[in-house]
Amino acid sequence: MTRRGRLVLRIAALLGIFACTTAQRDPILVPEVSQHEVVVRQGFTGADLLLYGAVLQPDGTRASENASYDVIVVLKGPSQPITLREKRRRLGMWINADSASFRSAPSFYALASSRPLDDITDEKTRAIYELGLDWLQLSPIGGIDQQQQDHFARGLVDKRVSGGLYRQDESGVTISQGVLYQARIPLPSSVITGNYTAETFAVEKGRVVASATSDVVVAKRGFERSVEVYSQDDPIIYGLIAVILSVSMGWIAGRLFANG
Amino acid sequence: MDVYLPIANLSVNGLIIVLLGGVTGLLSGMFGVGGGFLTTPLLIFYGIPPTVAAASAATQVTGASVSGAIYQHKRGGIDFQIGTVMVAGGVIGTGIGALLFKLLTALGQIDVAISVLYVVVLGSVGVIMAREAIPELFGGRLAKLGKTPVKRRHHPLVANLPLRWRFYRSGLYISPLAPLLLGMAVGMLTMLMGIGGGFLLVPAMLYVLGMSANVVVGTSLFQILFTTIATTMMHALTTNAVDVVLAALLLLGSVSGAQIGARFASDVRPELLRFILAMLVLMIAIRMAVGLTYRPEEIFTVVPL
Repeated sequence: MTRRGRLVLRIAALLGIFACTTAQRDPILVPEVSQHEVVVRQGFTGADLLLYGAVLQPDGTRASENASYDVIVVLKGPSQPITLREKRRRLGMWINADSASFRSAPSFYALASSRPLDDITDEKTRAIYELGLDWLQLSPIGGIDQQQQDHFARGLVDKRVSGGLYRQDESGVTISQGVLYQARIPLPSSVITGNYTAETFAVEKGRVVASATSDVVVAKRGFERSVEVYSQDDPIIYGLIAVILSVSMGWIAGRLFANG
Repeated sequence: MDVYLPIANLSVNGLIIVLLGGVTGLLSGMFGVGGGFLTTPLLIFYGIPPTVAAASAATQVTGASVSGAIYQHKRGGIDFQIGTVMVAGGVIGTGIGALLFKLLTALGQIDVAISVLYVVVLGSVGVIMAREAIPELFGGRLAKLGKTPVKRRHHPLVANLPLRWRFYRSGLYISPLAPLLLGMAVGMLTMLMGIGGGFLLVPAMLYVLGMSANVVVGTSLFQILFTTIATTMMHALTTNAVDVVLAALLLLGSVSGAQIGARFASDVRPELLRFILAMLVLMIAIRMAVGLTYRPEEIFTVVPL
């Protein structure tokens, strides 16, 4: 049986269970990610993740096309403590001047929604669920005033948006026939490795009525992983290998050309 | 051809990197310099993090100087005695460079410091080289305008240093502190800028130390070879920024380019070569200066805490 076929069955089975057991008014949300593992190895130029699934009304029927739920998907990378430095013009040169530190800046954040966030959620909801680049919880370290904090947070977001590490696509989720939704999220080659979480939210009348998360692992494998591990754990051997590599390549080239 | 660099953590076009290595190799073959002064800035312009660029460029310079050093050794062009003193200085210099690297990174000024160093070092070397090369190139008419240099063996400062050793091959009776300090200075720059320092060493050995000309090129290659090896090790141990994949790509281009360049060099007038090299050095310095003074595209930089 094809993968897709199996998936449809799985979704159908899950929907059946949900329809029988849920009595409350929560809609049924069945999310899936095209890949649970992204392997970073030679030739890796980034990857496209497909976040998709189905959303149904509590009684298991599908919502009518124009009264369907809105869907928001968020893919988040591991959070890192970072220092952000800002260049200023001093003595005619652009040098690093001010800085701010944040305890939990997501290394990757991509949001896609079926309609503009302003139209489907209120501010409180966005703040609670960290929906949108304006609502990232960066946890600043140290006492810097709000204005300065916002300034640096905006700087971080702008920088990572231009690098493809942050994105917000407010028409990135397509919902077909009120049931099936899908969103494509591109990962650039500069993503860091670690555990990513894919969150899916079903939204109705400004409120999140159902949510679900699943995990995606981004990992280096094979040669790329060995190089990274070696350079950290065994720097002397690693350095020697680099030296031997360069000396022998230089020497071999000299020999080849001298004879040729 | 997309190649993923495991330490730089990004994907690059492998052909462009090989080509870049090829161009610097061509130059190194033609001018007898390592070409690191070109590799590091070009890698940075291409988007490689400055630390990774400097570290991997130093690794590349090792490979670029191997065959030259072997050739010079065969024709007896290396003074091992003074060379060893300089390498010892170079190793100390890379240590100092590593400390400076750490300090500047903590202060958040490492990328600015690298750019400023490029502007100052390449700018001054480029101006000196151009001032010598232009009268040479355009013949006697201009040369008469310049003052005739005073003939002397070595710089008076060198003569004043205590403790004197005899360096037979170089025809010198000077303090070993002079080559030691020279090696240290170049080693420090190698660590910070990812350059071999050939274009600094050769004139310094000729005009400051006053070494005899037939061992200058060989001994500078000897010094560069071992100082860049020390730099690679130092980077591997302190910054973890040596990307072997990047270095291998650069090497692939540069070792072949160097062989082709060496062939070119014998066909072109040496004063023209020196002039072109001076212009190249100045161009990089100006480009770096522009990068410092114009509003950069990226105002913010992120560093892990």
